[in-house]
Amino acid sequence: MLEILHTVQHELGCVPPEAVAPIAAALNLSRAEVHGVVSFYHHFREATPGRYVVQLCRAEACQSMDARATESRARQLLGVDYGGTTRDGRVTLEAVYCLGNCACAPSMMVNGELHGRVTPERFAEIAAEWGVRS
Amino acid sequence: MSEPTIVYVPGDAGAVSLGAERVASAIVTFAQSQGRRIEVIRNGSRGLYWLEPLVEVVTLEGRVAYGPVLPGAASELLAAGMLDGAPHELRLGNIEEHDWLGNQQRLTAARVGVVDPANIDDYIAHGGYVGLSTALTLPPAEIVKLITQSGLRGRGGAAFPTGIKWQTVHDQQAAQKYIACNADEGDSGTFSDRMLMEGDPFALIEGMTIAARAVGANRGYIYLRVEYPHAARALAKALAVARQRGYLGGNIRDSGFSFDISVRLGAGAYICGEETSMLESLEGRRGEVRVRPPLPAIKGLFGQPTVVNNVVTLATVPVVLAKGAQFYQDFGVGRSRGTIPLQMAGNVKRGGLVERAFGLTVNQLVYDYGGGSATGRPVRAVQIGGPLGAYLPESEFDTPLEYEALSAKNALLGHGGVVVFDDSVDMARMARYALEFCAVESCGKCTPCRIGSTRGVELVDRILSDSGSRSADLALLDELCDTLFNGSLCGLGGMTPFPVRSALKHFREDFAR
Repeated sequence: MLEILHTVQHELGCVPPEAVAPIAAALNLSRAEVHGVVSFYHHFREATPGRYVVQLCRAEACQSMDARATESRARQLLGVDYGGTTRDGRVTLEAVYCLGNCACAPSMMVNGELHGRVTPERFAEIAAEWGVRS
Repeated sequence: MSEPTIVYVPGDAGAVSLGAERVASAIVTFAQSQGRRIEVIRNGSRGLYWLEPLVEVVTLEGRVAYGPVLPGAASELLAAGMLDGAPHELRLGNIEEHDWLGNQQRLTAARVGVVDPANIDDYIAHGGYVGLSTALTLPPAEIVKLITQSGLRGRGGAAFPTGIKWQTVHDQQAAQKYIACNADEGDSGTFSDRMLMEGDPFALIEGMTIAARAVGANRGYIYLRVEYPHAARALAKALAVARQRGYLGGNIRDSGFSFDISVRLGAGAYICGEETSMLESLEGRRGEVRVRPPLPAIKGLFGQPTVVNNVVTLATVPVVLAKGAQFYQDFGVGRSRGTIPLQMAGNVKRGGLVERAFGLTVNQLVYDYGGGSATGRPVRAVQIGGPLGAYLPESEFDTPLEYEALSAKNALLGHGGVVVFDDSVDMARMARYALEFCAVESCGKCTPCRIGSTRGVELVDRILSDSGSRSADLALLDELCDTLFNGSLCGLGGMTPFPVRSALKHFREDFAR
């Protein structure tokens, strides 16, 4: 089932509620079971995200390098909190717990691309590449 | 025409996060402009992350390293003659003679950063598949015996003797058995699984194949976290090559033994690093933990006997088979035998992968290897073993990094991650975070973890806001830790008290601000 959900999200950017019934029918499961799986995993989202999905690491190693400052800068620049998408539909901000890049903290992943040593200043530079102005 | 110059530019996710892709393309562009033939090999990381991207050029005097080669420095370095090994302030010479690396004992990670991870011949030239060749000449029970004698314990965190687990699966009568590799490396401060999968994926494949031969399995799964796309690509390439060359699939190396491996992606749930939750997830369900017994070794994946081992454990297996149980057993102290790839991260000057025999102290790791904090401020604490590991204050830094010594201090080694914090850290906030993390990642199956974590966050908030009931609240927090420790189904709820209690014990002043 996870493989199907990954494929759907890869194609559509999310697993929309309309996808639940056909998946359930194909796997001979109830819709509740499928919905239960979709909602259990942080990775699956039910709404289309922005063009840039920005995952900021909140875990300890990143905190030790003041990831909270980067987090504040990100919220302020984007004007959204975790789980939110900017009004122009450009950027979705998500929290993530460890990207395995802990010796180059703080870390961030954008559409699958990993960035290390993301200070608040570096975040603003990268955000400018998405057209987000300081 | 002359031979092309070989240039190593790590394709490791950490190096890439610092601009290795741009460095690689700058090198290619430069070589083209000079009409010079080069071959760029995307190796893994040597594990000296403060020097990444670490570029190595093969010259007449061997591999010459430069680092850190950040994208901004690349063109100047190239103009200065990097491709000929020319002098420069970023020139490091032979990286294997660098103190930081030269003082290590790399067994499991011996090839990481050295070889081309996509090239099976390079793997074989560096001692790869010697272990499997040996294993194919032995009766399965003998392989299990070797692993037991080596003293290898599970490197995922639980430190259960690998040989005993394998023996249990070996002894089961079943038509179908499985090898399930836990590559859901979710602990903050750990990245050895990732480095191995990206830098030496064949070692994991070989280890799983040996495990399969030993217990009589013919199907393997690697449960890989979705946060590791670079590792997913490296594994996909290596699996295809291994199949094509007869190291996976039917009748491996004409031995009559068949085994194959598939990768399954997780979906961002920390709990799926817990073995029974991982099995649920592999079966396509919510990653809720199972009640044990039955053990996965008896009733595991799809109800069949299953070996569940971590990446580092499985990648160490070929070393034991190739060099002998005694060779491996000779490393280490007490009941912690062999080597451990320690991962030093967070606020540290020289972070990365330090593989040594068990017994290195925190002091040696943080100061001799790490060089103190990255910020230059005094080090105040380390957290060992991920988000469920204890915090140790500097007064305890003489503790050796091995299973028993740490557990005597109410701490744990876990998967070997050590996160360094300077004196700006607020330990009450870290304790609150530990509970918050438990609340976010709880699978919800058992009450202490599902409810207790949230109540814990509220309690810490109340303690910090000093509403007049602080001493009663501190006592209540301690009681809550008791409930979590004793009443939870798995390690998530059961071990969240470690960071919380160690923060309370060693850094009490932070709770009274």
